[in-house]
Amino acid sequence: MSPEDFDFVSQLIKKRSGLVLTPEKGYLLESRLLPLARKQGLKSLEELIAILRSRPEEKLLHEVTDAMTTNESFFFRDTRPFDLFRDEVLPKLIESRQAKKRIRIWCAAASTGQEPYSLAMILNEQAAKLAGWQWEIVGTDISTEALTRAQSGMFTQFEVQRGLPIQLLVKYFKKMGDKWEFDPALRAKVKFKEFNLLGEIGALGNYDVIFCRNVLIYFDKETKGAVLAKMAKMLPDDGLLFLGGAETVLGITEQFKPIAGQRGIYAVVK
Amino acid sequence: MPTCLIVDDSKVIRMVAKKIVVELGFEPVEAADGQQALDACKNSLPDAVLLDWNMPVMDGIQFLIELRKLPGGTAPKVVFCTTENDLGHIQKAIESGADEYIMKPFDSEIVQAKFSQVGLL
Ligand SMILES: C[S@@+](CC[C@H](N)C(=O)[O-])C[C@H]1O[C@@H](n2cnc3c(N)ncnc32)[C@H](O)[C@@H]1O
Repeated sequence: MSPEDFDFVSQLIKKRSGLVLTPEKGYLLESRLLPLARKQGLKSLEELIAILRSRPEEKLLHEVTDAMTTNESFFFRDTRPFDLFRDEVLPKLIESRQAKKRIRIWCAAASTGQEPYSLAMILNEQAAKLAGWQWEIVGTDISTEALTRAQSGMFTQFEVQRGLPIQLLVKYFKKMGDKWEFDPALRAKVKFKEFNLLGEIGALGNYDVIFCRNVLIYFDKETKGAVLAKMAKMLPDDGLLFLGGAETVLGITEQFKPIAGQRGIYAVVK
Repeated sequence: MPTCLIVDDSKVIRMVAKKIVVELGFEPVEAADGQQALDACKNSLPDAVLLDWNMPVMDGIQFLIELRKLPGGTAPKVVFCTTENDLGHIQKAIESGADEYIMKPFDSEIVQAKFSQVGLL
């Protein structure tokens, strides 16, 4: 791919999604967009890029962006944040939300569903304490393909072995052929929606906790700051944000501050 | 150094598993069937057991039941590692005292994840 083509496509993707592609990632562009070009009945990547330059349709632009997303995810990724959610965050929420008996969680980069489903299992395991409560988990992502997989609730053997304790596999999954299906009743309590983090957050509603894990690392500082500012606005005074293991708010925004002893969790500053 | 008993009738699998547990900081001990494994445990209890299901002489489940009866036999963390990958088998393993369960094919990432889930890492 020529440097001009690389610049053109990487700028297009950045503008649409915030994802930054450095030139070393040029191979990624080729390996992911070539299959897309073939699917469109085109002979080469150059032909695809020519169309993107001259007469791109929204659908194609969306597919190109989708193809460049990294959707890797695990159940209970990094373990500790989910332990903290269960042992520290949830008990406090149950105390502070006693009047409304309502908890709302937003997974802002839900990908193929492991994160929202992990949270759904945690909440379901606390059913006794949450009797009479309403809880809601909304998973959003820019990738149509990832969301389709999330909604299907089907996971490979490989995926259910990464992070999911065996007792939870037995309790919440059924084997269907060579796949594992997440419990339909619990699955029905998790809502999925396509949503671009660069877009207007307001319409999404209000949440007590936001999980925004392992997506900001793909953005530049300015985009990170803009996304975090919007999230700070939508959270209540005691709202919390969970970031991924390699992510931080330090040096990016003053609107969140780390919580001592609870790595990966940030409190909104109002 | 913590020890990991690798129980599998396939020499190749034992070799692969050995390499993985060594990288995770365990001293490996090998056994080719449940009886050999039980003898090894009577001699000295390991910290972890990576356990196949189908083996000649004594299978994995029988070994596990016998292990849990030994003095101190509830301490080792037992992780099944087998091609049996249906819920029935997994449930039976848990009921018999297994701490975790790996469905083959496996790799170092899965062993590491399972070992840390049961508190070995
Ligand atoms: C590596 S996954 C993280 C999944 C999960 N949160 C986790 O930690 O395992 C990153 C996800 O971010 C999504 N993503 C990338 N840019 C986005 C954007 N602008 N808006 C919404 N989602 C985006 C990708 O589609 C991908 O599914």
